[in-house]
Amino acid sequence: MRPNRIWAWLALAVGILYFALPLIGTIEFSLRMRRGVYSFDAYRAVLGDPQFRATFSFSVVMALMTIVLGVLVVAPTAYWVRLKLPRWRPVVEFVTLLPLVVPPIVLVFGYIRLYNTSSWLPLTGTAGGTNVLLLAGYTVLALPYMYRAVDTGLRAIDVATLTEAAQSLGAGWITIMARVILPNIMVAILSGAFLTFAIVIGEFVLAALLNRPAFGPYLQVLGANRAYEPAALAVITFAITWACMGLIQLVTRLQKHTQVPR
Amino acid sequence: MLPFTLFALMFLLVPTMFIVVGAFRAEGGGFTLAHIANLFTPSILAAFSISIRISLASAFLGCLIGFCVACALTVGGLPRWIRGPMLTFSGVASNFAGVPLAFAFLATLGRLGLVTVFLREWFGINIYALGFNLLSFWGLTLTYLFFQIPLMILIVTPALDGLRREWREAAEVLGASRAQYWWMVAFPILWPTLLGTLALLFANAFGAVATAYALTGSSLSIVPIVLFAQIRGDVLQDPHIGYALAFGMIVVTGIGNALYIWMRTRAERWLK
Repeated sequence: MRPNRIWAWLALAVGILYFALPLIGTIEFSLRMRRGVYSFDAYRAVLGDPQFRATFSFSVVMALMTIVLGVLVVAPTAYWVRLKLPRWRPVVEFVTLLPLVVPPIVLVFGYIRLYNTSSWLPLTGTAGGTNVLLLAGYTVLALPYMYRAVDTGLRAIDVATLTEAAQSLGAGWITIMARVILPNIMVAILSGAFLTFAIVIGEFVLAALLNRPAFGPYLQVLGANRAYEPAALAVITFAITWACMGLIQLVTRLQKHTQVPR
Repeated sequence: MLPFTLFALMFLLVPTMFIVVGAFRAEGGGFTLAHIANLFTPSILAAFSISIRISLASAFLGCLIGFCVACALTVGGLPRWIRGPMLTFSGVASNFAGVPLAFAFLATLGRLGLVTVFLREWFGINIYALGFNLLSFWGLTLTYLFFQIPLMILIVTPALDGLRREWREAAEVLGASRAQYWWMVAFPILWPTLLGTLALLFANAFGAVATAYALTGSSLSIVPIVLFAQIRGDVLQDPHIGYALAFGMIVVTGIGNALYIWMRTRAERWLK
């Protein structure tokens, strides 16, 4: 085993260097706005920009709505497939994996053509309609992650027994879903939700082509026109991604403590 | 079930089918291959060619480097505590794509970037004078590697964990050297995973638009950027070229993903 260690450390060092350098570079660059000294001027400029606040809150609201819609679409389906339609499982799984095959740009091209102003459902005609389209697109992008997270959560609980117990106590489907199944897979849903948040918050293609004032297009425009602010924004976005991943780890770890060992 | 079906039909299946059908539909209706044939012009072929080459290069290098790092983490005999943070970090980095990634690399390897300036002032190496350019084939490949390597690490680490100790011991007892063990035992078991991940990384890079667009504007004509410009209405007024381009993209990423799924089912035979 001895001679192995040297190259193992070497490989690790190369890996860490490759990932650390762009981060250090970005942080350093974002502090360089004032000549000669490091300062937080770029961050101040960014955070003070009303457009930043507008686009960022638009994207946050979008991300939260995507999470809600995603849970509403995915959770009952995954539950029903586990309970009653196990034969349909491969089909549903295939559909949920399709967004990884169809590039987002193709998807949004389809939306624009299918729901344009002269079509049967002119969603792109109004701002509200376009927002609906954007929301649907984000939910599609999140579908593979959300479905897999929820399905993993359902695998850990005894769906059939829980359902029967709830039914024999007189619960209807909505009660079962909301008060029995969802609380039991909350951790799985949360980890899917944080991942969704990380994906939606900086998404560019859908928002740009549907012409919505989201954070991603704002980033791109700023990047084309300014020097230091984009680096500050990249640092902020990276911190958000970190926070999301950290929260996933945190909720997973918390669950391990609260769960009764079986 | 119904909401899901309706949602999937309205916002995933029908829009995609609409594009695919559009690629084969003649102006007044009816079937035609003319739009697909229109793809075979020098500029569009060049776009596909450079897209495929960038995706291949970043997928291949991502696999290679990611594999080395994953090996170091699993069988390399490093302290156990390094593993957790590295895997968490890989989860973050594999999701850190898009516009901010382009900014990060501009701040690092751009003309005024940290590494560029450092190399110039400390070692007198001007990488831009040596022909390096971030807005080029290698620049984009290098940038894509930032999310490709972590993705590879995330996928291949469990596979490396699945290599049983007994196999190595059995090989050693039979007198195999380390190289022989890797070449004749470990690689035959791992190669479906490796090849499958290569295909996945390829598709991953091929569909990416935001990073390239933020990095190069529209100066580097890779397929997604050509399609982006086409949808925005900057060039090529014929929408059917757009359909055909989009169809071409689905075909390429579809092949990549199909290979991945096929290889994964083969890999799971051994790694249970």
